[in-house]
Amino acid sequence: MIKLFSLKQQKKDEEGSARPGGSQKKASAAQLRITKDLNELNLPKTCNTEFPDPDDLLNFKLIICPDEGFYRGGRFVFSFKVGPNYPHEPPKVKCETAVYHPNIDLEGNVCLNILREDWKPVLTVNSIVYGLQYLFLEPNPEDPLNKEAADELQSNRRLFEQHVQRAMRGGYVGSSYFERCLK
Amino acid sequence: MAAGEAQQQPEHLQRRWHYIRKLLERPGPFSHPDFEPSAEILDFILNSCKILVVGAGGLGCELLKDLALMGFKKIHIVDMDTIELSNLNRQFLFRKNDIGSSKAKCAVEFVNKRIPGCEAIAHHCPIQDLDEGFYRQFHIVVCGLDSIVARRWLNGMLMSLLQYNDDGSLDQSSVIPLIDGGTEGFKGNARVILPGMSACIECTLDLYPPQKTFPLCTIANTPRLPEHCIEYVKVIQWSKENPWGPETSLDGDDPQHVAWVLEKAQERAMKHGIAGVNYRLTQGVLKNIIPAVASTNASIAACCATEVFKVATSCCANMNNYMVLNMTEGVYSYTFNAERRTDCIACSNSTKILEVEPQATLQAILDQLRDDQQFMMKSPGITTIINGRNKTLYMSSIKSIEERTRDNLKKKMKELGLFNGAEILVADITTPNTVTIKLKFIENLQDVDMSHYIE
Ligand SMILES: [Zn+2]
Repeated sequence: MIKLFSLKQQKKDEEGSARPGGSQKKASAAQLRITKDLNELNLPKTCNTEFPDPDDLLNFKLIICPDEGFYRGGRFVFSFKVGPNYPHEPPKVKCETAVYHPNIDLEGNVCLNILREDWKPVLTVNSIVYGLQYLFLEPNPEDPLNKEAADELQSNRRLFEQHVQRAMRGGYVGSSYFERCLK
Repeated sequence: MAAGEAQQQPEHLQRRWHYIRKLLERPGPFSHPDFEPSAEILDFILNSCKILVVGAGGLGCELLKDLALMGFKKIHIVDMDTIELSNLNRQFLFRKNDIGSSKAKCAVEFVNKRIPGCEAIAHHCPIQDLDEGFYRQFHIVVCGLDSIVARRWLNGMLMSLLQYNDDGSLDQSSVIPLIDGGTEGFKGNARVILPGMSACIECTLDLYPPQKTFPLCTIANTPRLPEHCIEYVKVIQWSKENPWGPETSLDGDDPQHVAWVLEKAQERAMKHGIAGVNYRLTQGVLKNIIPAVASTNASIAACCATEVFKVATSCCANMNNYMVLNMTEGVYSYTFNAERRTDCIACSNSTKILEVEPQATLQAILDQLRDDQQFMMKSPGITTIINGRNKTLYMSSIKSIEERTRDNLKKKMKELGLFNGAEILVADITTPNTVTIKLKFIENLQDVDMSHYIE
């Protein structure tokens, strides 16, 4: 432990005294961390990112084009919003493409454990990218958000596959309409 | 009391510093080794020591009162909030008439009136509105906040005020100790942070409990708790129905919004046979409220105020350095030494210096970061802050950003808005964190004495 204030040097600067170069705003911890995450982003070949504003690293889109599985040939866009409490809190991720998927509902909510209850500060944007990619390879009917799709995947795989195809080509599955999202 | 004594101070004021003097004017077994008892220390507390109290809520009211009664006079307090009815049970500096007024201002008015000589000053604004010049004036900052974001910001601010000597060692006169208190129900913690010297907020971010969340599929399909129903309306139903239009996001402070969520959550609870959805719980889930307990606040604030006193006077060694208090069953407390993380994003990030020619291009800087012995980076991504806005200078890892920042490589410092002393933020695989690098303009690189580089 140091003795911080010897009485001789107890006088502090008065408020507002400027120091050279001291006026530049400081980057937040969230900003520093996301810069690191993105500089080391190592995307699988099926994924790509888009930054509407390259100066804003906190808001971007991830595009996944699966090359195998039920969703092969589709193009799915996710929006990422990284908040000021990153990485204490996970980014907010939504699916902007309408998709017939057991773990993604029609509003674009995504049920992926690391986006909510299992998020940890050691995880990165890369972890989320791999998690999302995995959802397209292995949809998980045990954790359903779209219950109809989940039940179908479990009871009738072929019918599920047909419905996924129909949705990706553009059309109705049940009473829900899906925009075409084939590449 | 005789009438003739009216000129003199009343007896209780004459004896006011009696006990404090006993601590400061004689040594004790727990004194800091360098402690030199003297009457000047009391004078320092009364007339020089400047303290910033951050937050004028449950902890802030206690802290302000404790510190003012200890003799600290030059206290500033900052809080952006206004007083609400539900604060009055524990935020004892406020009265019913104060509802709607600034917490910081009311708290200051109260203590200045009540405690003779106290000269507290209020700042009714977010902490982010106050700049380096403001924070630098304080000897000690003590913080009673309920927000992790705000704590992290304050931590970052105090780190950025650190100055380093030419040999890379910390200039201890730039260290502003941060005493941080936090409470949640019957639990609390108090800690002493010496920026640049001991574990900081970011070093121990893992110790903060994550916000309570439920798996999305549970709240969507198999709700079992009343909280699940409220979360469902909050996370899913609100954006589906947008009751106030798509532009209006859910505001837990808006009674109409809370009422809407309550109604929908009750419908859902009914459907799934779940009991217990009420207004209070709805508000609690929406705002993530954990009930505040007055006695927890009082205990934690007392610990924090004592640590402030110890730092200011050295009459006793400080707590080392993190105390947890748990009063859920009996009273339990434990103090441990939270350790610094060598890869901490805030306190391991001592600013490095890069000497560059004023005419250098961004490409030249990039080459220097790759080739210079001090850095030896592989593929640095560079951003900066210009006029308060983030600016990405170059990042090769992301195709769309690389394409749009490639032109910057040819540009000179001035064209990019950089100046002598400007800071750039550099991320690279070779460093555990983004590092801050200060540009230092030199005329000719050949003349540089290598000993000026800072480790
Ligand atoms: Zn740290």
